[in-house]
Amino acid sequence: MSNTATAGSQAERAADLQDERLFHGEGLTGAVEGFIRRVRSGDLGSLPVVIGLIVIWAVFQILNPAFLSADNLVNLSLQCAAIGTISIGIVLVLLLGEIDLSVGSVSGLSAAVLGVTLTQLHWNSVLTVIASVLAGTVAGLIYGLLFTRFGVPSFVITLAGLLGFLGLQLWVLGPNSSINIPFSTWLVTFAQQMFLPPWAAYALAAVAALGLFWSDWRRSRRRRAAGLSSGSMSVMLVKAGLLLVALGVSVWYLATDRGVGAMFVFFVLLVVLMNFLLTRTRWGRAVFAVGGSVEAARRAGIKVNRIYISVFVLCSTFAALGGLLAAARLASVGASSGGTDTNLNAIAAAVIGGTSLFGGRGSAWSALLGILVIQSISSGLTLLNLDASIRFMITGAVLLLAVIIDSLSRRSRASHGQA
Amino acid sequence: MTMDPAIAEPEPATRQPVLSLRGISKGFGAVQALTEIDLDVHAGEVVAIVGDNGAGKSTLVKILAGVYSHDAGSIAFDGQPVSIGSPAASRELGIATVFQDLALCDNLDVVSNLFLGREITKGTLDEEEMEKRSWSLLRQLSARIPSVRIAVASLSGGQRQTVAIARSLIGEPRIVILDEPTAALGVAQTAEVLNLIERLRERGLGVILISHNMADVQAVADRVAVLRLGRNNGNFRVPDVSYEEIISAITGATDNVVTRRAEARNTERNAS
Repeated sequence: MSNTATAGSQAERAADLQDERLFHGEGLTGAVEGFIRRVRSGDLGSLPVVIGLIVIWAVFQILNPAFLSADNLVNLSLQCAAIGTISIGIVLVLLLGEIDLSVGSVSGLSAAVLGVTLTQLHWNSVLTVIASVLAGTVAGLIYGLLFTRFGVPSFVITLAGLLGFLGLQLWVLGPNSSINIPFSTWLVTFAQQMFLPPWAAYALAAVAALGLFWSDWRRSRRRRAAGLSSGSMSVMLVKAGLLLVALGVSVWYLATDRGVGAMFVFFVLLVVLMNFLLTRTRWGRAVFAVGGSVEAARRAGIKVNRIYISVFVLCSTFAALGGLLAAARLASVGASSGGTDTNLNAIAAAVIGGTSLFGGRGSAWSALLGILVIQSISSGLTLLNLDASIRFMITGAVLLLAVIIDSLSRRSRASHGQA
Repeated sequence: MTMDPAIAEPEPATRQPVLSLRGISKGFGAVQALTEIDLDVHAGEVVAIVGDNGAGKSTLVKILAGVYSHDAGSIAFDGQPVSIGSPAASRELGIATVFQDLALCDNLDVVSNLFLGREITKGTLDEEEMEKRSWSLLRQLSARIPSVRIAVASLSGGQRQTVAIARSLIGEPRIVILDEPTAALGVAQTAEVLNLIERLRERGLGVILISHNMADVQAVADRVAVLRLGRNNGNFRVPDVSYEEIISAITGATDNVVTRRAEARNTERNAS
């Protein structure tokens, strides 16, 4: 294992490792050392949130042994899905350095459209789902057009939207303060009672680990073909093995209760899909570029307005989808759908998960990690029979902590020359 | 110092210029920013455009980059009359412009910045191919960048300038316009960028260099086009011209603060 790549002749080295100033470690040790070096220079990634999650789980488990019971964890996973889905959209707008404050109202509007069209207009259930998701898409399109045509700050547009769409939600609901969605609807069954059978869950875990290994291996092979340094096989195997073990244990543990909820799997698949789009496509690259420097992106020929509109549309669509999932899980729609803390939790989850408020830095995974933190706190405090007042205060403190970590790591990156 | 005879020689009469401007005028309201500007750029030639503040250099660059449209005159590329209506049209013609503020995305790595807006895809982004081409491009330019997978924010000013210039080459341009490439750089980094400009010329590109720094201009340019108050005020071959001649063309040879001052002192002395 050579740490600083000084040994070996220039010609033998891969094209990207020929500079003698470059730190480069090989194999597993090298991977670990590289990770430590990155963390030290302020490139924290999702490390703070993972540590935070472990601490939170440990504390609550000590305070109440029921916290880590399979039953509670299954509930926790189901609670994550709805707001987590909304949070994926927030990650997207934050990557552009913008914000959407109206996701709660939009999710409520979508739920209201679902309730009214399904139970009062008796539309076909597939049609109602499409209509309510489209309500979000249209809201996002309005935001995108207002933002790009008039240049109004997204903060103000979506603040107006927060009020406007809440009004629209109440108007759609009409005199009904609350609508119950029949339990026989497939949407409610999907959200409440559909769990993967253990064999399917194990198979999914295996597919995920194999997928990770395959994508690593393929990249490594192509890099070698291009004359670039390629990762070591041991690192790839260990990564995929760890994932397989972690997922396998989780599936086994959850299966001792009801198992892995279909709605949670749906949410995680959405995260994986968005992560793919953000990291492997031209659109995703453009989103990061616009978040880093709008002017640079424009001069590079990126159609900046299209990126803004697409992101606002996606954000509101995810909000509508999340509203649907929440309505289906509660099997009811009302004036309070998407109200109270939906907005704040969705935004807090994205930030706690490690997506920077300053734009251009973050990942779709932060939606999953952040919502896990928020729902764990919420679930733990509920188990302790603590009041909502305490819950809000603690969630607020955690959000504050996350933003402070974001700002500090930004400063550290700047002092290590990695802005 | 560059006095490469092979490059200084080409006869404009026998070789067709890649880019040729005739009678370009541009006004902003009551102000005539450019009046009847003529300019030729040949392949493998570095043309410096110099002039005082407000001489119209930036306006001329922006017309070529497609940011502004011109009011009168014609632009010919390879002898064909063309119109440059947008930045995209300028790039498609084969004109690459590196603006003074570089316009790099600090949060992205070198590869992403080099290929921004022109990513190579095979269904998904082909990172390996892009990284490979980045290395070969940077090696051709003898650029000393330790890794192309680090964020641009962590590069020095000269390295950032190198990335910006390298990026302009991705689209295989014929003409590269550099707006004040050395303005913010230290001595060693300036030398690196000047080397880079010579390498662009060796590749057979036409280079338009906007600069305030006469030392840089004399070090690297083959010809100097002087603008003064929006008009052509001299077109010199660098080997044939002295520093003072360029300065007097920039400030206006006959009507010049420096000459007037000298005159005043002379008359004073004669009177006494």
